[in-house]
Amino acid sequence: MATTTEIKPEAVTLSNEEILRYSRHLIMPEVGMEGQQKLKAARVLCIGAGGLGSPLALYLAAAGVGTLGIVDFDVVDYTNLQRQIIHTTADVGRRKLDSAAEKLQGINPFLEVRTFETRLTSANALELFREFDIIADGTDNFPTRYLVNDACVLSGKPNVYGSIFRFEGQASVFATKEGPCYRCLYPEPPPPGLVPSCAEGGVLGILPGLVGVMQATEVIKLILGKGEPLIGRLLLIDALGMKFRELKLRKNPDCPACGTHPTITKLIDYNEFCGIRGEEKPVATGVPEIQVEELKRRLDTGEDIFVLDVREPHEYQICNIGGYLIPLGDLPKRVNELDSSREIVAHCRSGVRSAKAVDFLRQAGFRKVHNLAGGILAWADRVDPKMPKY
Amino acid sequence: MPKIHIPTPLRQYAGKQPAVEVKAGTVGDALSRLVTQHPDLRRHLYTDDGKLRAFVNVYLNDEDVRYLQKEATAVKDSDSISIVPSIAGGCCSIDDFRFAIVE
Repeated sequence: MATTTEIKPEAVTLSNEEILRYSRHLIMPEVGMEGQQKLKAARVLCIGAGGLGSPLALYLAAAGVGTLGIVDFDVVDYTNLQRQIIHTTADVGRRKLDSAAEKLQGINPFLEVRTFETRLTSANALELFREFDIIADGTDNFPTRYLVNDACVLSGKPNVYGSIFRFEGQASVFATKEGPCYRCLYPEPPPPGLVPSCAEGGVLGILPGLVGVMQATEVIKLILGKGEPLIGRLLLIDALGMKFRELKLRKNPDCPACGTHPTITKLIDYNEFCGIRGEEKPVATGVPEIQVEELKRRLDTGEDIFVLDVREPHEYQICNIGGYLIPLGDLPKRVNELDSSREIVAHCRSGVRSAKAVDFLRQAGFRKVHNLAGGILAWADRVDPKMPKY
Repeated sequence: MPKIHIPTPLRQYAGKQPAVEVKAGTVGDALSRLVTQHPDLRRHLYTDDGKLRAFVNVYLNDEDVRYLQKEATAVKDSDSISIVPSIAGGCCSIDDFRFAIVE
């Protein structure tokens, strides 16, 4: 595994135009001509062109990293724009790769952008990583986190890690020769049922900016071989308190990936490892459903239907259809507020949480309970186009 | 009293507080008092047979207690204990989060 990247600065030269562009780097001794040549010779792979990937890629491009690879398969949507600053309003509907490549090339035409429109998988990760010196992980799920880590350990490439949740972030550099890997810190992922709730999701738009720029800083330091990288240290960022704490990380000699007797010698099935089956969404399937049109029609004819909204109060404030609000997490202790003799239609934003609610209520003995298919989003699409979507 | 930092994902089970102070002599003591005060936290920190979960890291100041005396590690009043769970987010779509319904 690499301590820092073994980049040969003499292999590249800078044109006069590049020398002018990078002059503020060239006049500082920590970078200088040799450092700038290293940056140009470096090949960095960003996993994801989303919240973390946006600032990360933008700054690496501006700083003069020679080759930037981006792995993404997503399309820009309106809800991305609050934090994914590489994409603009006009990019909505475009492939993130196209949108990102255009911006990066616009910032720095000397940059070689390589785009990979794919999900990172056990089948393609090692081959993709082979072409790069440093991997920057900006993904959003546990299976890919473990996949990136193991592929970095196996291919000997440092993993510049960043992760965010609401207003809290983590950053570190994993999988260097002397330092710990992600599995030294977290040998196993949380079981699916213990991952924080839907309603607890969301992220302060600025936070990925903060953490992504920290990742970019670490990438640059690894390339230059300067400063003290976040190897063996986990930086905790609390944006709300604006507090930064640092924890010591140790390389675990018993680590299954990077320990003295590793048991992970090839990439595994990470969905299975994280307790997720295939691409299947964790929806309670088979619960009785009602379509939004039917609910509307029956409410209009004055039928006695109790509409139960299982979202959070702050979501109710965004939009509602006048339902009785009991957040999903409170349902077990507030179930006595419901009348099992009445017909109940449960809804949430998209129908995922309310399916769980219906499943729970049926197990609690409720018989006349339906899930509103597609949730309030479907209502906004097909019944009330004036209703805001989020 | 030693202070326990509660990470964002777990605050909903700890009365939404960012930190809780408990009177305790060891790390294990402190955590056990914490889950007594906030019973909803228990299943997030401990397995059914009462062991700390593998994906929950506990730090005394900046040291991982796994490399100290684990839960028997002594704590002083000025110490801070951090619970550091794994978070996966990079983008954060609301429906990407799986959730638990309490049985």
